[in-house]
Amino acid sequence: MAGSMGYQLSFNQIWTNFDKLAEGLLLSLGLAFISILIGAIIGLVLAIWYVSAGRVARTFISGYVEFIRNVPLLLLVYLVFYGLPTVVNISYSAPVSFVVTLSLYAGAYLVEVFRSGLDAVPKGLLDAGKAMGLTPWQRLLYVRLPTMTRITLPALSNTFISLFKDTSIASVIAVPELTYGAQWINNKTFRIVEVYAVTTVLYVVTGYAILFGLRLLERRFRVER
Amino acid sequence: MDAIIYSLPFLMNGLGVTLLVSAIVVALSLVIGVLLGIGLIYGPWPLRWLIRLLSDCIRGIPILVLIFVVYYGLPPLGLNLSSFWAAVLALTVFKSAHVIEYVRGAVTSIPRGQMEAGMAIGLIFPQRLRYVILPQAMRRFLPPWLNGVTDAVKGSALVSLLGVVDLMQAINQVIGRTYEPLPLYVLGALMYFAINYSLSTLSKVLERRYSYIRE
Repeated sequence: MAGSMGYQLSFNQIWTNFDKLAEGLLLSLGLAFISILIGAIIGLVLAIWYVSAGRVARTFISGYVEFIRNVPLLLLVYLVFYGLPTVVNISYSAPVSFVVTLSLYAGAYLVEVFRSGLDAVPKGLLDAGKAMGLTPWQRLLYVRLPTMTRITLPALSNTFISLFKDTSIASVIAVPELTYGAQWINNKTFRIVEVYAVTTVLYVVTGYAILFGLRLLERRFRVER
Repeated sequence: MDAIIYSLPFLMNGLGVTLLVSAIVVALSLVIGVLLGIGLIYGPWPLRWLIRLLSDCIRGIPILVLIFVVYYGLPPLGLNLSSFWAAVLALTVFKSAHVIEYVRGAVTSIPRGQMEAGMAIGLIFPQRLRYVILPQAMRRFLPPWLNGVTDAVKGSALVSLLGVVDLMQAINQVIGRTYEPLPLYVLGALMYFAINYSLSTLSKVLERRYSYIRE
């Protein structure tokens, strides 16, 4: 049928421009990786703070979490890239702006993950720490955090995959990640069906390859309960 | 500030389009997702295998890429859709795959004994579904699904990239005239927030109400 429409599939020009997709894929992974690192720090700090925080601080943390979770990521990307520089006297490149946005975004999701992770640490472990004479800080550092990390590992994997897919939105502010690479090749070659076919496969295969690797890691560090 | 007040009717039109897109997507994906979800659980193995593959692949594609695939990819194959319907189709496909998973989660959480009890009192399969499984699964389905509706509303902002004048695009067009990005983006964020926060709060209320159900 496609043949009768006069559209012939031809992947040659996709392969000659494949470097755009390969570099884009690497940048996508990099953006997701940096964002989950910063997001994890934000999430962890706020989750620990939340437990001992007063009412005002709790409202502030919940406000941040609910705001980010209920607004489209696209709008947040625009807000940080086009909106903020008009009032704050700073200028940043599109990739930096996107990492800031995606980190804040990841942070909001990870606060919840870490909060439930901290709750899920078996009380017996903390009692054992107390019995050994560990100070509250030592219990946090040596008992709660390591156990929580192992408990939250599956949720962290899912968040990473989800962030990896969200990096496609960086294309709207011309960050040369995978989706932008696809658009670039399309503008140059008009091989729209082919370029998106290859791009889709790249996203799906990379996503599941990472997920598979992370699942192995999770099995290795699973907490027996 | 004046510009924002003057542009409010225009933004409201955009908000209407956002709600329309979301409503169509939510309704269609509910029907498709529930049917395929039941197919995934009770269907013959080739069907189960096919639905599992489709759902996994679709959920592995960024929604933005899926929208471009449908919008730019279908015309060369002989199917022309307006940008509005292309966006609706892409979002529906994406949402359906998620609804399939909510259905699977809800139905498989109902203990096997319920199905067997239905069998024991002589109900045929559609009756067992209709009177035994689905009413119970409904309570586990509703909270995550409702929470997923916020994803549809948020995802609908991507239709702006195809030039559909939804809330997101209306905001960008007003900014294009007034050069006041921050107040308008904040206003837009608050509008999305109002819709989605109500939905996610309702989801939490329902979850708490139905939490008495135990295995």
